[in-house]
Amino acid sequence: MGFFFEVLIGGLLSGVLYALVALGFVLIYKASGVFNFAQGAMVFFAALTFVGFQEVLPGWTGLEPGSIAVFWMAFVLALASMVVLGILTEKVVLRPLVNQPHITLFMATIGLTFLVEGIAQAIWGNHVRGLDLGIADEPIEWVLDSADIIVSKFDVFAATLAGILVASLALFFQYTKVGRALRAVADDHQAALSIGIPLQHIWAIVWAVAGFVALVAGLIWGARSGVQFALTFTALKALPVLILGGFTSVPGAIVGGLIIGASEKLAEVYIGPFVGGGIEGWFPYMLALLFLLVRPEGLFGEKHIDRV
Amino acid sequence: MKLKQTALIGATIAGLLATGYAAAQEQFIGLPSYRVGPFGSNGASLYGGWIDYMAMVNARDGGVNGVKLTWEECETEYNNARGVECYERLKNKGPTGNSVFQPLSTGITYSVLEKVAQDKIPLVTIGYGRTDAADGRVFPWVFPMITTYWSQASAIVNYIGQKSGGMDKLKGKKIGLLYHDSAYGKESHAIIDKLAEKHGFEVQKIAVANPGNEQQAQWLQIRQSKPDYVILWGWGVMNATALRTAAKTGYSRDKIIGVWWSGSEEDTIPAGDAAKGYVAAGFNVAGANYPVIKDIQSQVYAKNAGNMEDKNRIGSVLYNRGVVHGIITVEAIRTAQEKYGKGKPMTGEQIRWGFENLNLDSQRLAALGATGFMPDLKISCEDHEGGGKVKFQQWDGTQWKVVSDWVEADRPLVRGMIEESAAAYAKEKGITPRDCSKES
Repeated sequence: MGFFFEVLIGGLLSGVLYALVALGFVLIYKASGVFNFAQGAMVFFAALTFVGFQEVLPGWTGLEPGSIAVFWMAFVLALASMVVLGILTEKVVLRPLVNQPHITLFMATIGLTFLVEGIAQAIWGNHVRGLDLGIADEPIEWVLDSADIIVSKFDVFAATLAGILVASLALFFQYTKVGRALRAVADDHQAALSIGIPLQHIWAIVWAVAGFVALVAGLIWGARSGVQFALTFTALKALPVLILGGFTSVPGAIVGGLIIGASEKLAEVYIGPFVGGGIEGWFPYMLALLFLLVRPEGLFGEKHIDRV
Repeated sequence: MKLKQTALIGATIAGLLATGYAAAQEQFIGLPSYRVGPFGSNGASLYGGWIDYMAMVNARDGGVNGVKLTWEECETEYNNARGVECYERLKNKGPTGNSVFQPLSTGITYSVLEKVAQDKIPLVTIGYGRTDAADGRVFPWVFPMITTYWSQASAIVNYIGQKSGGMDKLKGKKIGLLYHDSAYGKESHAIIDKLAEKHGFEVQKIAVANPGNEQQAQWLQIRQSKPDYVILWGWGVMNATALRTAAKTGYSRDKIIGVWWSGSEEDTIPAGDAAKGYVAAGFNVAGANYPVIKDIQSQVYAKNAGNMEDKNRIGSVLYNRGVVHGIITVEAIRTAQEKYGKGKPMTGEQIRWGFENLNLDSQRLAALGATGFMPDLKISCEDHEGGGKVKFQQWDGTQWKVVSDWVEADRPLVRGMIEESAAAYAKEKGITPRDCSKES
């Protein structure tokens, strides 16, 4: 039974990390109704920019490599880069496409993906870098000693961070003027414009916030397995989470992440051996597809009703 | 005026002839490389080493017997379709066409496997590709050289046997095989099963879905079943993730033996402290203290002409693997020239002969400044593998340290499997194997 709980807890904590990536998708979708294909590339860009600044800052400033000051300066500069990227995306890619069908905007984000990936590698190079956030990825000793269950300190830290982000964003969307404007824009671009909501301004804000979420996700995932091109694949982990939790719900992302994380790990351990293993790549998608049949809008997604 | 015109025309013709002569004294090598995309980091080091070696041969020796080496890269992004496009684009370049095609991708290898025979271009796959192509009677144009995947698996088991105090001590042991869930990862299954049967150990095969950036479930299974050793048959992000998750679940890293695509700095540096103690196989070793690398430094980098942007990567596992590619390619050209004429550019067909008669014994390796850097190698009409040895290196937290001599594979067992598989392929494709006694 201890092994079952070990797998379950590990899965739930992994699920929170998936939710962190899914959050970026939700933010953009809520504001523009667009599925941002470039979210994975943004995670890669953000993490690479962070470690890139970490490498060059000691040379520029004379600060000690790996010092706290270099860490925070790199964080601020990477965040600023993500804000600039968000603003440029709004100005160059989205603004000319206002009122175009959603599929057009979706296609634009596919183009954006390759552009962002290419720019990131052109600026910072393509070699794999390690990233140390100062939190060891090792078991919490008292849990291991008392229950013989492995719960990683790093995973708990990441889950706490994701929880704080989700709570902050949920409050932001629910209770602030900008949050309400975001929801109005997502509902209908034209109607939002007609009542005086500054669409471009709102889009720039939301892309910048999505950039911030991408940076946090990039740092967490980068610290787990290195800052490398494979960070773009984290998006693949977020898709079933979105289908399950709903594309428009911030809490849905976290609940979807928990369900996907736990179920894929349990499936890999208990079903995998009977079918040759390696099923956690497709099992979450199968689960999400089954869920789509029952509840197409996801667990927390808004039910769309068209009046005729 | 007439005299001036005649002189001008004469000079132009002489110039054109000279240019044509210069072009004729060049050996063109097409490089289907990848420097962007998911594996761009690996490609940049490997192709950097390869190009630097060829540049060094040009700078130090004036080429191969006076024939300058020229090359052109074509970006494949590790994509099969692009790889085939690069093959077509490169094949007619240079005075004698492309000398050799080395795509550094098993997928691209399979895509061009039949084309190379038609176009008479040798296909060299060092450390990847189709294992049974080592039977040169069935695959005359394909050279999976130095050590195939099956030989590597066998050498790893032999190394575990050595560590355990003898092959007889393997009986009753449990070895985990954590593999990339792809054709590449599954390439190990047949040989490991055979070896398990022969030596009496148990194998626990655990698949990791691509890309492998999440392995909690797999390592918890390992924690539960407690194998004596785990063979890590990974690629890309899967390797660093495996090491970090092993550390998290308390599995000793010095009990993890990686394959050569899991044993570079690109795998250990991102894993941080979790990689300390990890052991990996390789048909080349890391280090910049070998004479061949020193020659590259003095002949190329001292003149600001190196290919690597990040000079700290010179001497890394993948950079040195690129140098091995360079050595083998250049030596095949040299061997071909011995037969077909020194100082002349060789055709693909002639270089194929060069590969098939390549003999890099300890004496030749010493002359090349590569003693201990790569194993000795002797290719023949039957045997396109030629070596079947690996060394083991251990990551000490900052660099790789060699911890074994060259460890041989179980050659009779591996060769038997190769011949069986190649014969099945020949039967399927209606190929009559060459009679090697009639080859010169």
